[in-house]
Amino acid sequence: MRRLLRTYAQFLRTGFASAVAYRAEFLIWMFSTNMPLVMLAIWAAAARSGPVAGYSQQGFAAYYLAALLVRLMTGAWVVWEMTMEIRQGTLALRLLRPVHPMLQWSADNLSAIPMRGIVALPVVGILLWVARAELAHDWFSWLLLCPALLGAWLLYFLVQAIIGTLGLRFESASSIFEAWLGFSNVLSGYLVPIDLFPRAVRELSLVLPFRFQLSYPVELMLGRWSRGEALSLLAAQWAYVAVFLVATRAVWRNGLRHYAAYGG
Amino acid sequence: MMRLLRVVRAQLRTSMALAVQYRLEFVVEGLLALLWMGVTLVPLLVVFGTRASVAGWTFPEMLVVLGWFVALKGVLEGSLSPSLLQVVDHVRKGTLDFVLLKPADAQLLVSLAKIEPWRVIDLAGAATIFAIAFRQLGHAPATADVLLAALLLCAAVLVLYSIAILVVSIAFVAVRVDNLLYLFQSVFDVARWPSSVFRGALGFVFTFVLPLALMTTYPALALLGKLTARTAAFAMFGSLAFTAIARAIWVASIRRYTSASS
Repeated sequence: MRRLLRTYAQFLRTGFASAVAYRAEFLIWMFSTNMPLVMLAIWAAAARSGPVAGYSQQGFAAYYLAALLVRLMTGAWVVWEMTMEIRQGTLALRLLRPVHPMLQWSADNLSAIPMRGIVALPVVGILLWVARAELAHDWFSWLLLCPALLGAWLLYFLVQAIIGTLGLRFESASSIFEAWLGFSNVLSGYLVPIDLFPRAVRELSLVLPFRFQLSYPVELMLGRWSRGEALSLLAAQWAYVAVFLVATRAVWRNGLRHYAAYGG
Repeated sequence: MMRLLRVVRAQLRTSMALAVQYRLEFVVEGLLALLWMGVTLVPLLVVFGTRASVAGWTFPEMLVVLGWFVALKGVLEGSLSPSLLQVVDHVRKGTLDFVLLKPADAQLLVSLAKIEPWRVIDLAGAATIFAIAFRQLGHAPATADVLLAALLLCAAVLVLYSIAILVVSIAFVAVRVDNLLYLFQSVFDVARWPSSVFRGALGFVFTFVLPLALMTTYPALALLGKLTARTAAFAMFGSLAFTAIARAIWVASIRRYTSASS
């Protein structure tokens, strides 16, 4: 166990070093995340003549800046990495190492978070400057934000891992992920706050896992939930994490049995 | 000129032949294009569920802008980006030399190198969106307006193409930033809204510096019969100037290009 921890720490250090080495590309990837700002533009224009369904211009600014922040802090790209390695056959090299490939990938994705944090700092600054009054006043919400962000990252990572693993059996795994992304953009509150949807869509999105990737941490920042509600939502989020973990394991074992390296 | 056309035709034919080999991808990607079109429509539907007009635009008028956006996004992601991403790849691997050695203009050769024909669905989708919009408006667009809009569409595609060429020219200088084209694709998302949504500095930037207004807002205004002749002429002139500048920069960066291994 101690050896594993030491190895993992080393993976994290290596991953961080490579994020620093490719900082220009890294920065451009980060800047490509601008959808919340595009959405903010239209809602801010709509709210010029007065609040829309309880959101003032400032309210929208707070929502979308928080959404941008959550998206920046919980990024993962493992599905593309996996499909590429499967296609090029380099996955075989990874399998030879005495550490589970998922651990290697997770360290890779996790170790970019400090750099992401640096890029996200200006967003935090703007959020505080523009919409401080809209943010949660209860310290408890901010305390819960840490496990909620970790949960959101885990959900995003595990979904990618599951779909990436499907790439061991199907060629078009990245298309499956594209489709997931389409639904996720709508149902996670990334494009439109969930409470602005018509009732049927809203109720659907409340039970699906998408909201725990984005909407839930954002709502914590905006102080939408009482302490009890926030806690039970956190439990629901981590229940989804557990389900996805089990699913990842099952899919991985099954997929590996069918895997024959290309070009091997 | 005839030779030029023949080269274009040959390019189109080979890249089409390349693309239609992947039949399953055709279906899958086509379905995905439909899904994303739906995703693009969602925010607009929700916004206009709460407001009758936003920034001076009614719902059907906004749909016209969105129609142009969907069409141009199809052009960008269906042919411009895939082709020009290959250039970045060529530069990194040093295989651009083979393109440069061919006895035809390199810019022409790289611009049509790869086509994703399933993005035609985006064009069909745009046509459907226009049909719905004008049904809601209660009248068909006048013939003159359609012609003007078609002209402005050419201008829009030219500008889009020139920006893509400019971005790729940067790749010659800085190979490390090979994802710059993705950044532009994501910035292009701004063009889904008419330019009056943006105020002050942003409005200026999206009209003159990065002319997104020219790409979707002006053709939409033309189709709605609201574009003044002066603005139209200005837009046409601007797009031609933009293309000339992009061409000059491309030529300059090709001249400075020293291959990967030298």
